[in-house]
Order: sequence, then C-alpha cells, then structure tokens
Amino acid sequence: MTTESAVEPEQTVEKLDRVTIRFAGDSGDGMQLTGTQFTRTSAVFGNDIATLPDFPAEIRAPTGSLPGVSGFQLSFASSDILTPGDQPDALVAMNPAALKTNIGDLRPGGLVIVDEDEFTDSNLKKAAYISNPLEDGTLSKWQVARINITRQNELALEGLPLPAKQKFQSRNFYALGLVLWLYGRSMDTTVKWATDRFRRNPDVLDANLRAMRAGYHFGETTEIFHHRYEVPAAEVQPGTYRHISGNEATALGCLAASIRSGLPLVYSSYPITPASDVLHELSKFKAFGVKTIQAEDEIAAMGMTVGVAYGGQLALTGTSGPGLALKSEALNLAVMTELPLVVINVQRAGPSTGMPTKTEQSDLLQALFGRNGDSPVAVLAPATPSDCFIMAMEAFRLALKYMVPVILLSDGYLGNGSEPWRIPAIEDLPSIDHHYAKPVDDSRKFNPYERDPATLARPWAVPGQKGLMHRIGGIEKSGQTGDIAYDAGNHHRMTLARLGKVERMVQDVPPVEVTGPPEGDLLVLGWGSTYGAITSGCERARKAGKRVASAHLRYLNPLPANLGEVLRNYGKVLIPEMNTGQLSLIVRGKYLVDAVPFNKIAGQPFKIAEIEGKIDELLGLTGPFEFQFGPASVLGGG
Amino acid sequence: MTTAITGSPQGADEAIPVLTRKDFVSDQEVRWCPGCGDYAILAQMQKMLPELRIPHENIVFISGIGCSSRFPYYVETYGFHSIHGRALTLATGLKTSRPELAVFVITGDGDGLSIGGNHLLHAMRRNIDITVVLFNNQIYGLTKGQYSPTSEMGKITKSSPYGTVEEPLHPLRIALAAGATFVARSIDRDTKHLEETLYRAATHRGTSFVEVYQNCVIFNDGAFDSFADKEVRQERMVYLEHGQPVRFGRSREHGIRMNGYVPEVVRNAPGDGGLLVHDARDPNPVLAGILVEMRYPDFPVPIGVFRDVEAPTYNDLVEEQVANARAKEAADFEGLLRSGETWEVL
Ligand SMILES: Cc1ncc(C[n+]2csc(CCOP(=O)(O)OP(=O)(O)O)c2C)c(N)n1
Ligand code: SF4
Ligand SMILES: [Mg+2]
Repeated sequence: MTTESAVEPEQTVEKLDRVTIRFAGDSGDGMQLTGTQFTRTSAVFGNDIATLPDFPAEIRAPTGSLPGVSGFQLSFASSDILTPGDQPDALVAMNPAALKTNIGDLRPGGLVIVDEDEFTDSNLKKAAYISNPLEDGTLSKWQVARINITRQNELALEGLPLPAKQKFQSRNFYALGLVLWLYGRSMDTTVKWATDRFRRNPDVLDANLRAMRAGYHFGETTEIFHHRYEVPAAEVQPGTYRHISGNEATALGCLAASIRSGLPLVYSSYPITPASDVLHELSKFKAFGVKTIQAEDEIAAMGMTVGVAYGGQLALTGTSGPGLALKSEALNLAVMTELPLVVINVQRAGPSTGMPTKTEQSDLLQALFGRNGDSPVAVLAPATPSDCFIMAMEAFRLALKYMVPVILLSDGYLGNGSEPWRIPAIEDLPSIDHHYAKPVDDSRKFNPYERDPATLARPWAVPGQKGLMHRIGGIEKSGQTGDIAYDAGNHHRMTLARLGKVERMVQDVPPVEVTGPPEGDLLVLGWGSTYGAITSGCERARKAGKRVASAHLRYLNPLPANLGEVLRNYGKVLIPEMNTGQLSLIVRGKYLVDAVPFNKIAGQPFKIAEIEGKIDELLGLTGPFEFQFGPASVLGGG
Repeated sequence: MTTAITGSPQGADEAIPVLTRKDFVSDQEVRWCPGCGDYAILAQMQKMLPELRIPHENIVFISGIGCSSRFPYYVETYGFHSIHGRALTLATGLKTSRPELAVFVITGDGDGLSIGGNHLLHAMRRNIDITVVLFNNQIYGLTKGQYSPTSEMGKITKSSPYGTVEEPLHPLRIALAAGATFVARSIDRDTKHLEETLYRAATHRGTSFVEVYQNCVIFNDGAFDSFADKEVRQERMVYLEHGQPVRFGRSREHGIRMNGYVPEVVRNAPGDGGLLVHDARDPNPVLAGILVEMRYPDFPVPIGVFRDVEAPTYNDLVEEQVANARAKEAADFEGLLRSGETWEVL
C-alpha cells in the first residue's frame, strides 16, 4: 500500500489503546464528512470503531449559531469496543459555537483544536460568548491548539478557479488532514474516496485534496503538537469488512429475508426521523424486486402492509414513535387476522414530537401493549447497528412461522450509529420458510382459522389460490368455521390462541446468555442499544474485582425461557434503560424480582462511566449515583 | 450471485371457466335490514362479476366498517372486512404487490369520506387500478343514525337534534378534484343502470370511483325520493351518455345548454342544436365538474359516467420501474453488501 506521508515525524509518538475524537462545527462545515472519512481510514487501518453522528434538529439553523452545531464522535481502538466513547480525548471545533456546545465533554487535559480565524467578534456573539474563550482562561483545563484553519486553507487554494465561499467549504478537509497526521493515519482512503465522489467536479476535488494535504503537512512542520498518537490495529476475525449503520443494516436484513424466503418485499412508510433512511435504502433495491410505497400517512402505511401480507408477500412498514401510535389500529387488524408482517420502530425521544434527532427506548410499552384489546405481538430489539441485519431477518422468520406481526425496536442511536461489519456469505444466512395454505376441493369448506398444532399458526391462504376463497376481518371469527362469531367461549379461546402463538415462539428464542460469572452480587440486564455501555461497564467492574455480570435481551416478547432462572442467580438486578423503567416494570411484574431501574432520559446513550457508577452504588461502594448533565452540548451532555 | 424472486402463488392461469351469478353468492346469511338499498347493489354486483371473465380466485373485495362494509361476507370471492376508513390502504398494498388481482373496495359515506377521506384522495391521485364503490346513504347506518359528511345542511338526526350546521361534501366533486380517471354515479333502485355502471367501472384501468345513492330504510328513508321516485325520475334525473346531448324528460324533451360557464335547463328543446354534449373522455375535468354541480331542484340530478379517461396506473408504473431496474442492474446481493468501502482482515 502506498502512503502519502513522506516525512517521518519528529514529534514523539505516544501509543494508546483507544482514542475518542469529536469533530464539531456549523452544520454547513461538513463535520459528518470529516468524521466519516476519519472513521473509514481507521477501519481500513484495522482499528475497531464505534461512531455517533449528531445532527442539529433544524435543517438550516443560522450559520454560526448554537443550534446550528453538528458533531460526529468516533472511538477507535486496538481492542474490541462497544461504544463511541464517554468523553472525547480530542475535540476539533470549527467555530465558537462548536467550542461552546462541546468543550464541556472533553476530558480534562484533552486536546482541543480550534479554527482561530473563526473567533471573530460576530461569531463570538452568535455563540453567546462575552469574551474570547481563547484569551480569557476558559480553556485552561485543556491543551489548546489555535490554528488559522480558514486562512491557511485559503492560501492552499490560491489560484483555483473557485469562488471564495466554495473554497471556505474545504476547511473540513484541512482539519481532516491535520487530524490524520496527528494520529499517524494515511490520506489514501480519503484520496480514493474523494476522487470518486468529486469525479465530475475536478476543481472541487483539487481544492479538497489540496486542503487536506495542507492540513497534513502543517501538522508535520508546525511545532504546536508535541506528540503524535498511535492506536495499533485490533485483532479481529478475518474476513471482508465494511461500515454499516443500523438503518442500512435493517434495510439489508429485510432484503436478505426476501432473498432467503423467495418472497418479494414491499415496504410502505411515511417519512419520519430517524427512520427515513430505511425508506431511502429500500427504495434503491428495485432490481431485487423490492417495492416501496411512500404512503400518505402512517395509518395508510400500516394498512398497505396488512394488504401486502394478505396478498402473500413480505410485508414491511417502518416508522418512529409518533408513527407507531398512528399505526396501532391497523396493526391490531393484523393481530386479529393473524397476518405475518414486520413493523420497524426506530425510536426517538418522546412523548409527542419530543426530540426527533435524539435517541430513547421509550416505546417498549407502546410496542408491547399500545393497542386496544388483548393484542399480543412479538417484539425484538437489535443490540448493535450490525445486529439490525440479523434481527430484521429474525423478525421475518418468526412472523412467517407463527403468522404474527413482529415489531422490531431499533432506536436513533443504533439507526444512525455505525460499526465495522464482517460481510456474511449468503449461504451462511438462516433460511426463512413460509407455507401457503393447501387448497381444498371446495372453498366453502375451508376454515382460515384451522391451526398448526405446533405453532398455532393459521393457514396463509392468499388471493389467487384456487379453492381457498374465504373472508377475514377485524371482527372476531369462529375458530371452527372462520365465520363471524360473538359467542363467549369462542372469543375466550381465540384470545388465548392469539396469545398462545406468541408464547410458543419461545421455542425459537435462544436462551439469554450471561457475560461474566454465572452467579454473583449483581446482574446488569439490558435491551437494545444500551448493549455497548452495559457490557463495557460490567467488564470494567469485573477487572476491578467486582462480581458483576451482564445479560442482554434481544427478544422482548416472548422473553427467553431461562430469564427467570438467570435473574435469581444474582443478589441484585440492575436494569439500565433510556426510559423511565419500562423493562423494569415487565421484569418485576413477570418474575417478581426486585430489579432496580436505572433510567436516563436525556436523549443520549448511557456512558460506560455511568453504568460503572451505578454498579458501585448498588454494591455499596459509593453513595447514590447522580448523572452529571453538562450544558446543552451536541453529543455528550454529561 | 443473481437472485430472482417471484411471489405469485400457484395456480390461476388455466382457461377461465364460465361462471354465473350463483357462483358469487356466499354461504353467509345476509344481515341487512329488509328493504335496505344494499341488497340491490349486492345483487347487481353478483350479476355483473361473471361478465368480467376474471379467474374467480383472482377477485378480492375489501371493505372498511359500516353496514355497507359487510358486503364482502356475502360475495363468494376472497374478502377482507378491514377497519373503519382504511379499506383503500389495504387495497393499495394488495394491488401494488399483486397487480394481477382484481381489487374492489366497498365503502360508505362515513367510511370513505369522513374517517377515510385522506386515503380516498391519495388512491385517486395515484390512479391505482382498483374499483371503489361508495354507498352513499347520507347517514351513519351501522352506528344507528348520526349525520354523515354527505348529510344535507340542517339535517335532524340522533346526533343533530337541532339540525346540522355543516355543509355536506359532494363525493364526485372530491373525486374530480383528486384526479380520478373514472367517475360515475348510480342508484340502488335502477338495477339495469347500476349493473352497467359497475361493469364499466370494473373494466376501467385506473381508479374507478362509483357513488351509489343507497336508501337506508331505517335511519334516512326516502333520502333520494324527491328525484328518484319512479313517478318523477324521468323528469328529475338525467342519464349521461358519452357523445350524446344531455337530455331528460319522459320523452327526452328537455335539455341542458351552457350559458357561458353556467348550465341552464331548456324546457321542450326542439332539436339538439345548442344543447350540451356530454364528453366523458375530455381530459379536462371542467365539463364533468359542471355536471357534478347540477342538483335537484334547480337541475335534474345526473347519473352515469361523468369521466372516463386513460392515464398510467400506479401499479403499472411500479411494475415498469422494477422491470427497468432488473433489465439494467443485476440483482447481486453479495455485490450490494460489498458496495462502498470494504477492507480485508487476514
Ligand atoms: C375507529 C372507529 N371509529 C368509529 C367506529 C364506529 N363506526 C362504525 S361504522 C361508522 C359509520 C358508518 O357509516 P358509513 O360509512 O356511512 O356506513 P353505513 O353504515 O352508512 O353503510 C362508525 C362511526 C369504528 N368502527 N371504528
Ligand atoms: S341501518 Fe340502514 S344502511 Fe344499515 S342495513 Fe339497515 S337499512 Fe341498510
Ligand atoms: Mg352511510
């Protein structure tokens, strides 16, 4: 591999196991791109990676303003990592607003790189700084690198036939070059990517590459930095890797389900943050026969999905919390008519519109119970971005096997977060079976509610099949004939049968696995996107000699058969959730275990340190744990 | 790897057997009130269906909730009695995924225009190839007699003992505004006209919208008698025929002509000269719009096909996109997984 770094560094090189960097700037400054490129470079280098992008809620907040700040955090390491890091070790702040909203998260002693040129009176005012933080001692806790990014970028681009405004937009490449140098990374990955991305726009390509090289070479020649850092490659399983976000993985998993089942996929959805990317992805897959319908609202999207399932194809809809609320009545129709379909809910902070770009796990009870009547559905939750691929397939497998709607609970943190993913071979993917009903000689004798004794699934008789014409609907039906029935015994039996299908699914649910000692003082139980923080927090606690285990639920209805037994093997059970205690309510109610809820409802994922802090409290090592919420920061907040 | 997916279930393409009305009668006991207009619509539908020569198992009836929405139970086809207002959404999903099916939607004035009004607009704007029959009895039948969005201003009902203070919605006006490509009206008591209209609707490609005036004997009896009663029908209704002058009366002696953009009645019009000639194929919906606004007692009430134009259907366009994409791109899943940046770990 050729490398564009010609000069050997003169600065000392410090070896680190893990580094967390945050890039922050105005939403127009291209920080997502800078972060993504650094991520790719580190992944290609062989680090393990976790990322957390964060966008402002407004599409175009005023330039330089606090609400306009956009950030991207990544952690890269020489060992397996599960979260994008609690506190950044380094912060790149492209303007005063970015500094203001992010500096509170930087670890004491950490490095902050600022574009000094942007610290003008007017920008300081927009960021509500009374005096210049670069001058007034505000930053004394940190190492500050003041760099004239704007001016140096301008110089590097001198002579290029581009308007000044466009040249200004290459600043992020300058910053990227500088940081690549700082961490001993090659520019190759970005050169390759940019050459393709800007191939139709050679001047812009030239500008960006020149800016990046200028930043890189500035690092080499300047004496501002006394250290460079090196994070060696991690030991990971051999194979071909790529980056994948949760939403991409969800879309690909659904496509994989289509391929493995042989059933065409139809996705009906109404755009909503943070689920829209699933629609964007799936709408590209036309060559695989995937159809996407942008419905007029979420009610329509759900109804269409019921129609698709009735027609015998792979029926999928997706949304976020407010949309799930709208879908509930039509979803209930699928419960009643026992049709197989999958509902993706990429959860966000609620209630109501809440905080669309912020993550939360507060739709668990809505997913489990948010419909009229006794209305059981299966509920699954992926644990990491790439797990969305596996769980999307699993959702379809179970839906088809048991003729039950399945809700897949992702969240904004999983959906937008990404991680390296070892690309699977098709033949290693699970096969997904489906069975249409067997025709009978006279359709007047066909009973659409005659159940399979093992799964209680009813037959899937789809229009176009001869000899199986029948009527179904939201009205209660006789289990004997499929006709409308209001008699008491029938409703009792049918309600239990609908419940029984979800209960029997437990035979397909793997037992919950424990990481750490099989019995001990404390079990930390989680579900969904808290996996990384919980697992890492418990690992650290064990390293410190504490008898703490963790377990993670990817199946929330039905729960794994061994869960009750596992819970009883520990003195205490702690349940961290990004809600006010929804899984805790279920666990306490179902297993009569005195589980302790640990709730963070800040629109942000748990930090490892927070899990550790709470563990210490429960083990009696410290007093009550309290969250340290910082000022309104973009990403961290703690 | 290339992956081909086809989803149609087995069967369905042998020669189509000749069916009769009886083949479309299900074994379910019909539960409408005696004398309800729904019976007539059911009978004409059952009579019309065999004429379509569609494989029996490819016909699907989808309804919402209401007296009218009980319809699918009584027709021996695939049937789905869904939830209030949402039949069109199921139909859209079904037709998009299985375009070879013939999909009928049965809805009421409350089901289709109140709770489900939004879906009606969007189905018609997409021009998805389904047939929508809206039973307009200008009342909520199933919930026992509240006013509906088509009830006339001042109507006294259980939920409006002092009379309503709301203007009614005119279904065909909505259909034209939403760009429906087939817009028609018929009435329960004119069985011949009803059957013909249903047939034309079912054979049209694109969204066909048929409003059927339907008498609810229990909660809104006689709602249409003022113009549809046998005695007065010829004088007070006008049967629209494409390419023909708009004429009515016992011996078609009266006509309609345009005065600027305002229609007027010509009593005892001697010849056809100057009379309005109906053109259902006009791509411009303005003429249909003028006819839709004719109401008794100022005008005879028009029934028939107001608009019948050709336009690409949603489901055809969806199929075309898929076919084009398949012709141009390989369905290479492993390639897709590897698209973008990848790296090897040895
Ligand atoms: C979500 C919901 N809201 C209300 C109802 C009650 N409901 C059932 S049918 C109906 C009105 C039916 O009127 P229409 O569509 O005109 O049908 P008709 O009975 O007159 O044929 C109402 C309000 C319901 N079933 N579901
Ligand atoms: S209530 Fe009216 S619409 Fe309903 S079945 Fe009886 S007559 Fe027909
Ligand atoms: Mg009605």
